[in-house]
Amino acid sequence: MNPSIDIDDLGFERGAHLLIKHALRGVAPGGRLAVSCRAPDFGVHLLGWCRAQGHRLELSAQTPGLAWITPGDAHANRWHGAERAGAPTPSSPQADGVAASDVADHAAPAWGLAARGALVEAGGPDFGFALDTKRAIWADDVAHLYAQAQAQQWNPDDAIDWTQPFELPDEVEDAVVQVMTYLIENENAALLVPARFLGQVHPHFREVTQLLAIQIADEARHIEVFTRRAQLKRRRMGVSTVGGQASLKTLFDESEFAVASFLLSVLGEGTFVSLLRFLQEHAPDPVTRQIARLTARDEARHVAFGMAHLEYQLQHDPELRGRLALAVQSRFDTLAQTSGLNEEVFDALVLLAAGGWSIGQIASGFDKVQALKQDMAGGRQMRMKRLGFELGEAKRLAALHTRNFM
Amino acid sequence: MADKTLVMGAVAYAPKVVTIWDGFKEYFAGHDLAFDYVLFSNYERQVQALFDGGIDVAWNSPLAWIRAERIGRARGQPVRAIAMRDTDCDLTSVIVVRSDAGIKTVADLKGKRVGVGAIDSPQATLIPLNYLREQGLKPGTDFTVRRFDVLGGKHGDHIGGERDAAQALMAGELDAACMIDGNHLLFVSEGTLPAGRTRVLAQTPAYDHCNFTVTARAPGAQIEQLHRLLMSMSYADAAVRPLLDLEGLKAWKQGRTSGYALLEKAVDAARFYDTQGTIVEPEYRY
Repeated sequence: MNPSIDIDDLGFERGAHLLIKHALRGVAPGGRLAVSCRAPDFGVHLLGWCRAQGHRLELSAQTPGLAWITPGDAHANRWHGAERAGAPTPSSPQADGVAASDVADHAAPAWGLAARGALVEAGGPDFGFALDTKRAIWADDVAHLYAQAQAQQWNPDDAIDWTQPFELPDEVEDAVVQVMTYLIENENAALLVPARFLGQVHPHFREVTQLLAIQIADEARHIEVFTRRAQLKRRRMGVSTVGGQASLKTLFDESEFAVASFLLSVLGEGTFVSLLRFLQEHAPDPVTRQIARLTARDEARHVAFGMAHLEYQLQHDPELRGRLALAVQSRFDTLAQTSGLNEEVFDALVLLAAGGWSIGQIASGFDKVQALKQDMAGGRQMRMKRLGFELGEAKRLAALHTRNFM
Repeated sequence: MADKTLVMGAVAYAPKVVTIWDGFKEYFAGHDLAFDYVLFSNYERQVQALFDGGIDVAWNSPLAWIRAERIGRARGQPVRAIAMRDTDCDLTSVIVVRSDAGIKTVADLKGKRVGVGAIDSPQATLIPLNYLREQGLKPGTDFTVRRFDVLGGKHGDHIGGERDAAQALMAGELDAACMIDGNHLLFVSEGTLPAGRTRVLAQTPAYDHCNFTVTARAPGAQIEQLHRLLMSMSYADAAVRPLLDLEGLKAWKQGRTSGYALLEKAVDAARFYDTQGTIVEPEYRY
């Protein structure tokens, strides 16, 4: 039996099409829908609407406001060849709500920007996402890392007491400003390098894009707090050297996500965690110590994603290990002619740790920076061992890491 | 070797026209039909090119069809309409007034200001004005005609004139405005005409819109192939669907010429073309 619907005085200017579309879903193939409506101009609008929708319309000659609609096949045709962007989600979710089966090994270009699991109309544009395989960007605990990152966000205005009173000798304050200047330069790289990859990641791997986005926001916040600390007592920033920027430029030149992630996150940011913890312990003022504590926690999370991704990819692509080793060697060769960590930064770290100009203070500061460098190298070795490098190889590569730290 | 490319004329009423016909050209090429298109800035020159041999087929407005049909008859070169969109069939035009204007019947428009579209718009000018003429109201004599002339020569393909008239109606500068039925729905939906503030005073009988027009000397085999390809285009084909959406159809239909009688009468009554297809409307600029 053909269905019918009476929509009273609800015209097209107030949503009649919704009720009609809803009722048309109940029409069996070959059937038609009787529609009654007392809204002014209903017949005129129904005529235009049916034509645009590809439905056949018959208006009653006897009864004003009564019409019969025979649905066309345009709606069904539109969804012919449509496909789900990844598997639907009936499987039992894993921890963090991500069922492994939901994430495709290869995200089809045709899925475009669609939500994972959405029904995607065929024929959409190709966005050309270069990082479209799970192997190239995934990490098993990426959803957990994202949730953790969300929970650990902090507001520089609230988390840091910028009004804490302190007074440093002029040269020590200058040293802090120089270290902040250096940190900002490196954080600019840590923001922009993942940002360049982010635009290439297929949005099907949404946990990865979310995590990279929040990582970039972390770096933006770090740039803010280092700048605020540098300008807390001074109007003039420190220096930036060719050697430092040349070292960072090699990170921009790396086109493979895994290799860039290794150089930036595992080696560079890993080393930075040591540096920030050093500042947390030895900085001469409470504001710098507070900043160092908060930023070190964020950086440790960035290292964790880099490690987790590389562990995942190495399981599927053991040859990657060779490419990683080659990348460290190649970067070392490229930078062999540069001066490494600039003297101003090194001296500033010593003075900052020394806290004054006495012979005893300087000797103590120097020892602390030497210990820092050993700690950094040890950390790099440990992470490389975790990634499956032999101890000897890990030691050799750890030593080749850029003298610029990042 | 003679050029076997089938050349179609289309009028560039909007930038999307290039996207549409480039897409069709690619589709036809993929189905072994050498096809190209030429864009005209107005339908009058396109119709002339159909007879001068510049093009083999014209994607014609209904008014351009009338002119081609008249020229063809006068020259002994009858024209055919080989295909049209499903959305070209059975359109109507409406005359819209403000709900609170106190205009109850068509006769109440006597002495009023009626807004129409471009001078060459079948749907927003020629057909509704002739409808009023047949109801006993002579345009310019029994009521004032205010024209919203947008892009002369494009036969009202550009929606702008109708929207301008609708806005003038709401601004109180007009007592009635003429438009195609679908545009009243659009203007109400988008808020150009606020819900409940206007009503349709009158609706014309149904008429047809565009078609592919060919003359008798068009290359028969290629025209046949074009026709076959058009009819085989399916809205279910993802490669074709965006083109159909842009051109505003769900399916191509066989061309029919039974739906142009209303416009024929309107053209004669307005003295727009003579029986030979010569332009006689003195104010027409394109």
